[in-house]
Amino acid sequence: MTIPQDTAPPDRGRPEEIRAVAVRHPGRWVAVAVIAVLAAMLVHLLVSSKVLQWDVVGQIFTYQTVIAGLGRTLLLTVLGMVIGIVGGVLLAVMRLSHNPVLSGVSWLFIWVFRGTPLLVQLFFWFFLGALVPTIGLGIPFGPTFVSWSYNSLVGLFTAATLALGLNEAAYMAEIVRAGILSVDEGQTEAASSLGLTYGQSLWRIVLPQAMRVIIPPTGNEAISMLKNTSLVSAIALEDLTRAGQDIANRTLYEIPALVAISLWYLLLTSVMSVGQYYVERYYARGANRVLPETPWQKVRRNVLRLGRVGGAA
Amino acid sequence: MTVQPMVRAEQVHKSYGPVEVLKGIDLQVEQGQVFCLVGPSGSGKSTFLRCINHLEKINAGRLYVDGELVGYQERGGKLHELPDRVVAQKRRDIGMVFQRFNLFPHKTALENITEAPTQVKKLPKAQAREQAMELLNRVGLADKAGNYPSQLSGGQQQRVAIARALAMEPKLMLFDEPTSALDPELVGDVLDVMRGLAEDGMTMIVVTHEMGFAREVGDALVFMDEGVVVESGHPREVLTNPQHERTRAFLSKVL
Repeated sequence: MTIPQDTAPPDRGRPEEIRAVAVRHPGRWVAVAVIAVLAAMLVHLLVSSKVLQWDVVGQIFTYQTVIAGLGRTLLLTVLGMVIGIVGGVLLAVMRLSHNPVLSGVSWLFIWVFRGTPLLVQLFFWFFLGALVPTIGLGIPFGPTFVSWSYNSLVGLFTAATLALGLNEAAYMAEIVRAGILSVDEGQTEAASSLGLTYGQSLWRIVLPQAMRVIIPPTGNEAISMLKNTSLVSAIALEDLTRAGQDIANRTLYEIPALVAISLWYLLLTSVMSVGQYYVERYYARGANRVLPETPWQKVRRNVLRLGRVGGAA
Repeated sequence: MTVQPMVRAEQVHKSYGPVEVLKGIDLQVEQGQVFCLVGPSGSGKSTFLRCINHLEKINAGRLYVDGELVGYQERGGKLHELPDRVVAQKRRDIGMVFQRFNLFPHKTALENITEAPTQVKKLPKAQAREQAMELLNRVGLADKAGNYPSQLSGGQQQRVAIARALAMEPKLMLFDEPTSALDPELVGDVLDVMRGLAEDGMTMIVVTHEMGFAREVGDALVFMDEGVVVESGHPREVLTNPQHERTRAFLSKVL
């Protein structure tokens, strides 16, 4: 039997870099051409149209009633989401509870508020005064100590807030429940073996981890909420949409008014998307070894890389 | 004065629906003992361990920790379930270490350890941190205090988990296959920490496949199979001279 004297490969140095001809993508170039033509047509329409007067759009964009409506829209969105999130967490915890009364009530709430259209619920809160003329504090079926009329207690804005918030709570409940269920059972076991109570383990251990699953759909919900607030114009609440409509009706600048308020909605949803990104990043702590970059860090890295390539060439 | 056994099990039964997992376990763990539970998977040893801190409810029999019934109170010849708050209180005295570590991934190693002392015992933060640093030092991970669990190796995570359990100053430690999820070269570090605990006189119940550890550190060993105790005695005796056929068959596979 012979034993090879030298098993190491002869030193031939590092092979040369592969410089292959890249695959051609003619389809992409066709697509780019088609899109470019369509974009040019759109720009032409936007600039040259007699109906769409950009100076009028600009005026409506910052018009006093539009700004006031914008304020109401924002306030409704924030209040609706706050009620939705708080209510959703409460409903989700109730739903997962071992207490059959609590989980039953939660199921019923979600069934009703997810099963009927938001616009119908909005009308319900608006017209509820007809069914419940007065609200009082007292003994059920017994004497009443103080009472208020429904319409003085629940004004237009409160009715809208309740409708948006309670409807949102039903959706948030399912999102939060999915988040809680996504956390490994070992986490609750570890927490209870340390002597933490159910509430402590839910609040300090499970929910913070569930947030990673809860945040992305909640961002979607917040963006939907911003747009759904436009439904309140149906009960004559002066929100952003209603303010735009009023201007359109008064001045017949329908398209400029619609473009102006659409720009506001787009601007707000864009800001919310950026906010969502940072909240997601915060709750990714511990889940990723390295935190994802902020948009600013990404830009800086890309610029630096470009600079390096430029310097080398 | 006689010393109370740390754990006493009398005819403990546990079933999941129609499946009976524990079929009458009798055993006694003395104070300061290192008590090893061995047996094939599915023999019920992990289930029994989880019954001791009431993560599982037993269906029949009696289980006492330090002289007190687990999960119940006996009044007027009847068992009364303990409220969750009281069960949580009793669990403070029993530390548990899991096969899959179960560290809190959103908290650093240090925060994992200070969580229960600050939340349950209401220890001031500074004091809890100081204690946590001592414990990290003891398990050889003082330099990893600020790391998240995902930035630690399995062996390091398990040592943090042990420190986390020790932070509540338990009188009894339960180990549920603490080294089974670890790469072989990381097992030694975890066993060293456990050996140190045993030398300090901690009462420990260890479900393990590490026969070397059982032989060297264990004071008592129980071999379980199919929900019953097949054989028990001093680890060296049981492991070198098993009396029962089933014990012999199992040991021939793992040793």
